[in-house]
Amino acid sequence: MSRERAFNLAALALLVAVPAWAQLTGETFTITLATRAVIFALAATGLNIALGLGGLVSLGHAVFFGIGGYAMGILAFHAQSYTPLTDWPVTIPGTKLMPVIWLVAILVSALAALLIGLLALRTTGVYFIMITLAFGQMFYYFAISWPAYGGEDGMAIYVRNGFPGLNTLIPIQFYGLCLAWLLVVLWFNARLARSRFGLALNAARQAPQRVETVGLDPVRLKLVALVISGAVTGLAGALFADLNRFVSPTMFSWQLSGEIMVFVIIGGVGRLFGPVAGACLFVALEHLLGGITAYWHVWLGVLLLFIVLFGRGGLVGIFAGRGAVHD
Amino acid sequence: MSAILIAEQVLNGLQSGVMLFLMAAGLTLIFGVMGLINLAHGSLYMVGAFAAAAVAAATGSFLLALAAALAAAALAGAVVETVVIRRLYDKDHLDQVLATFALILIFSEGTRWIFGSFPLFLDIPPWLSGPVELPGGILYPAYRLALIGVGLAVALGLWLLISRTRLGVRIRAGENDREMIAALGVDISRLYTVVFALGAGLAGLAGALVGAIQSVQVGMGEPVLILAFVVIVIGGIGSIRGALVGALLVGLTDTLGGIFLPELFKLFTDPSSATTIGAALASMSIYVLMAAILVWKPTGLYGARA
Repeated sequence: MSRERAFNLAALALLVAVPAWAQLTGETFTITLATRAVIFALAATGLNIALGLGGLVSLGHAVFFGIGGYAMGILAFHAQSYTPLTDWPVTIPGTKLMPVIWLVAILVSALAALLIGLLALRTTGVYFIMITLAFGQMFYYFAISWPAYGGEDGMAIYVRNGFPGLNTLIPIQFYGLCLAWLLVVLWFNARLARSRFGLALNAARQAPQRVETVGLDPVRLKLVALVISGAVTGLAGALFADLNRFVSPTMFSWQLSGEIMVFVIIGGVGRLFGPVAGACLFVALEHLLGGITAYWHVWLGVLLLFIVLFGRGGLVGIFAGRGAVHD
Repeated sequence: MSAILIAEQVLNGLQSGVMLFLMAAGLTLIFGVMGLINLAHGSLYMVGAFAAAAVAAATGSFLLALAAALAAAALAGAVVETVVIRRLYDKDHLDQVLATFALILIFSEGTRWIFGSFPLFLDIPPWLSGPVELPGGILYPAYRLALIGVGLAVALGLWLLISRTRLGVRIRAGENDREMIAALGVDISRLYTVVFALGAGLAGLAGALVGAIQSVQVGMGEPVLILAFVVIVIGGIGSIRGALVGALLVGLTDTLGGIFLPELFKLFTDPSSATTIGAALASMSIYVLMAAILVWKPTGLYGARA
């Protein structure tokens, strides 16, 4: 068993053990924190597909997070106010059912990723970074200035959406749902990395000209990666909105895009469990340092600087060494 | 809609355009010479604004405040370049994005720590308050007119600096071939510090100038930073001329879009929903402009490198 595999199993064990312990001792707040960490991990896993496998430095992943959030918000808003989304050409009602919301969040954010990708992938390098950032701002300002769904104030959803057979208002049950999604996506990510598509994408990141010579289109590979990536992050956005029962334009903010990227980097780019480790560390720091000083972002910044300047490979890299997995 | 209103809005667009240029010029210079993508440029804008507000509060002099803004931002830039940025030149863009994102966190929270969360105010000096009458009977605030003048003067100065001085020769040489000018005996790491401090000083100046018509607060730099990114993507990264053209395009589109799009939609729908749709679309208009230009020219109007 390699050291990275051992690290992954330990992380998995903690994801199960910590909330289980919290449930037994009645520490429901810890469960909420863990849910937050798992949802962030899911969002960052989405980015890791584009960034780690495809080498796409997207600084606008909050777009998909926000779209997922608003997909939940808009559907649930219409369901709780008993108004249809639209009456024409057919009446479409809102819904409080998580599976439907998830499906919509995934489809809409995948569509957004397709459209953004078609434009942004015309460019590479710094242009790509700046364009994804700019698209993020575009959605952010749109969400602020469009008053139908709360505008700048966002909107509250009074009751968490339902899942057949579960009571999602009980923290541990909602945590279970989020963890299940994370595991499914991680499994999918591991499969994807070893699939023909994953290998071709990996090659397109490292040597686009060679990929082109063997008859594959690197831009198309990256576009598909971005669509998958956006869909996963969109799903995380829908779950995050359900965790807070609130959506607002901050879900589109560029700081959030930056934070999602921070999760991936402090965990380890291209490592399967990198985003998970990064998101868990971030939420733990946010909770611990945030309790000591209101200015904990200063220390997060210092930590981040050190990781970038001196510690390549993030947390997974520190514990498991430089693996031969994706690098 | 009267011609005077249109003229006023064009001037407003020009004013926000030249201020954007001060930001974008530094960004594009730093990218062109050092190949560095600097997210923390907005923090230097904020540093300038806070230094100006603090000095203006202590001395009451607006010109001293401007000088302080320029000096504080340039100094902060030189320090940051020597301590952190220097280590990033040979790293990939992802590392640069993260390290400069970390710098934003440190600058923003550090400023909040020192100055608190409440916005500061920087007053327009008395000799520039009040309107001036322009030809055609347009009354326009003297301060905003002065901003346009300062912005254009800086653009001219920058052009002279780069095309006519020894430093400018070195900067242009650094853009083309850094190994070669290092071999010719130019202290390349000092040149980089100077270029970074120059860009930082321009950002700080813009922060102080704009700080007098908006409030001075933590986080004021990032929206401007992102607009400046849009500007240099439109203009072509590394091109100062592109930055000027891009900044004016973005400034005018942003300002005129906010005024005319709602009017345009009033032709089709009722006034209240026209205002809503118009405002929502106006907030997106510069990004639509950027997307359109990229479809046409993927490396921007004046960009050469990909």
